[in-house]
Amino acid sequence: MINKVLPGLVRRIFFQNILQAKPQWDHINTKIGINTITTTGIVTDETEPQFLGIEVKFTDKLQFFDKESYNALPIFRILNSSKQEQSPEKHELSEQTLTKMYYKMLTLTVMDKILYESQRQGRISFYMTNTGEEALQIGSAAALTLEDIIYAQYREAGVLLWRGYSITDFMNQCYGNHKDTSKGRQMPVHYGSRKLNFVTISSPLTTQLPQAVGTAYALKQSKTRSCVACYFGEGAASEGDAHAAFNFAATLECPIIFICRNNGYAISTPSLEQFKGDGIAARGPAYGIRTIRVDGNDILAMYSATKAARRYCVEKGKPVLIEAMTYRMGHHSTSDDSSAYRSINEITRWKCNLPIARFRSYLESMNFWCEKREQQSNDAIKESVLRAFTDAEKELKPCWKELFTDIYHTMPVHIEKQLHSMANHVAEFQEEYPTHAFKSD
Amino acid sequence: MILSELSTRLVNTRPSFVFNVLNGYTRRRNNVRCLHFTYYTDKKSFADGQTEKMNMYQAINNGLRLVLTKDPTAVIFGEDVAFGGVFRCTVGLQKEFGKERVFNTPLCEQGIAGFGIGLATFGVTAIAEIQFADYIFPAFDQLVNEAAKVRYRSGGEFDCGKLTVRAPCGAVGHGGLYHSQSPEAYFAHTPGLKVVMPRGPSQAKGLLLSCIEEPDPCIIFEPKILYRTAIDEVPTAHYTIEIGKADVVREGDAVTLVGWGTQVHVLLEVADLVQEKLGVSCEVIDLVSILPWDAELVCKSAKKTGRVVIAHEAPLTNGFGAEIASTIQVNIFLHLEAPIQRVTGWDSPFPHVFEPFYLPDKWRCFAAVKNVLNY
Repeated sequence: MINKVLPGLVRRIFFQNILQAKPQWDHINTKIGINTITTTGIVTDETEPQFLGIEVKFTDKLQFFDKESYNALPIFRILNSSKQEQSPEKHELSEQTLTKMYYKMLTLTVMDKILYESQRQGRISFYMTNTGEEALQIGSAAALTLEDIIYAQYREAGVLLWRGYSITDFMNQCYGNHKDTSKGRQMPVHYGSRKLNFVTISSPLTTQLPQAVGTAYALKQSKTRSCVACYFGEGAASEGDAHAAFNFAATLECPIIFICRNNGYAISTPSLEQFKGDGIAARGPAYGIRTIRVDGNDILAMYSATKAARRYCVEKGKPVLIEAMTYRMGHHSTSDDSSAYRSINEITRWKCNLPIARFRSYLESMNFWCEKREQQSNDAIKESVLRAFTDAEKELKPCWKELFTDIYHTMPVHIEKQLHSMANHVAEFQEEYPTHAFKSD
Repeated sequence: MILSELSTRLVNTRPSFVFNVLNGYTRRRNNVRCLHFTYYTDKKSFADGQTEKMNMYQAINNGLRLVLTKDPTAVIFGEDVAFGGVFRCTVGLQKEFGKERVFNTPLCEQGIAGFGIGLATFGVTAIAEIQFADYIFPAFDQLVNEAAKVRYRSGGEFDCGKLTVRAPCGAVGHGGLYHSQSPEAYFAHTPGLKVVMPRGPSQAKGLLLSCIEEPDPCIIFEPKILYRTAIDEVPTAHYTIEIGKADVVREGDAVTLVGWGTQVHVLLEVADLVQEKLGVSCEVIDLVSILPWDAELVCKSAKKTGRVVIAHEAPLTNGFGAEIASTIQVNIFLHLEAPIQRVTGWDSPFPHVFEPFYLPDKWRCFAAVKNVLNY
């Protein structure tokens, strides 16, 4: 009942109101500004508002606020999308790092292509590509350190790739073979790595946001100079957990970078049906969170924004929100055909603005990259992906008994009984189960 | 203001409570709410050493203080915990341990649960409070899809075992729909969680400390009516109670009565009534732990008595009693002398003025015992 005191209070006052039959406007004044009533009952005229938690001035102008009275946040960008390169701002990145960033983007693209095709051939059960969003993933990841903890949604394989997750690791997870650290329990693309401080992905959208805030609080308490980076899509931002996370991060002052991938679609739902405000970025200041909107197809802008955000997070112990504007080039997943809800024209338009091409022409203009290097890298990556792919395919699945482990720290009696009962059953009906594909004990 | 109203009501119940004990029967006065049970002080010794008279909120407060002292990472958070909590469980803790360790969160249960999981994932002992178990449902997704599955889905790479969620539950006399619920069965259907409910101060402290130290996410439902009415000699030292083990609170041979939380006291009174009126003895079992639960002990007792009555405040259909009944039936079918009875709340929302007719009180339980004995 204490939890719901406010409605009760309001109700009580409302009834009082009716009983006393006072003019409504007058009554609201007395209700809210209880402390403005003197003992004699005369309302004193105060020039400064006394309301708790809000610091503003009174106005005698009756004005509602909407899009017309609000300036949309601009998009921060360094690399121009046209072929003519502007000289970018200083970004403190060496040639080596820049080419590494490009190489990782290329790797992600090639890996996506091969795994997508393999799903189409029925060799893995499911896949989600990252096409069009490589720059925002690699750019932000490059600005973080390995001590920073990552919480992701599912379209952030590039972040893992940058941190050192190997192609073999990706393949093992997608196949759910016995080398997969999560023991084949989750669907493909639900990666995770304790070693790389990348918290295992789960399907329920946005649940990772308040969790990331909790982890950020833990980091701050432990006085480590690191932060949490938490990725999510613009669709996920509509979930209640996003509201919870933004508000908790701000009020509890947690060092976390929220990185929203605004790629225009949540499966088939265009962002116009997702929100009516100025995207996700506009919500940041409303929660008291430092916010920036960035061109997510510009890897240098993503890098610089994340770098600055990280510095602020760690030094001030407060959150930052980055809304990275991009476009989902591929289908939502292998279970989706996006031509059912968007035009080929739209996709073609975005093809001219692919982040990887934009970055490549920048590198070429700086003489850091060339056609020959492109070809060689492409071939090398393709070969290593295919090798890892065929290796992963050959591996056995984990022992089926792993179905019963890790539910708890130690196996309770009732689960142990179920394990034994299944073992007896499998022994009796061995031919009916695919035991040959699974490791034995 | 509603808090004080609640306290006054609880204080008002005292005279009738004493009245109950002295006269051995309940007489309802119009202006005073009577408790539907009589508290049986815990005779069990949970730990050696010094004891102190404490009610349940004091015992919980004492337990939390021990944790904060012993474990420098431990934090307590939730709605209104900073000033001491709406049930006084966290009184004095912020003053003693600082704002970084005992703090208010915004009013958002899904946030509280998610935040706690995040803390626990990175090694912090996270003690979250949901103000009423009735308001745990916004956090259902975080608890069921996330907390319960972190270890499993990551192959053991990550876990949030250091998370404990405390939530006041159960009937309180006048709680209506949203201050009375017992949602344990919803969570009992979730592999990965541990769910417990204490019957009094001594057990509450030990169970709370166990939940906090358990390397799995735990939910402890605290029957809020016991916060002030239940008083025990509580050991002041640190002690734990094994999760997953039930307690035989009274031995008997004619009927096995199974309950948990406040209902244990109802059943103890029923056992007294049965002894007095029917001349046979009941074995009363406090299940203590809902998930995992002690099927072995319950079945052993059922085998001995051949008759079982299960009672809980939550509604009948799919209540946890159903799980117990079906398990007993599978395990000791040949030893049963009568069908297993379930005396529970009705399949209705928890009503306000009809509470005396809703609860599985001692007379409804007594009637069920009579039925199984006459079967």
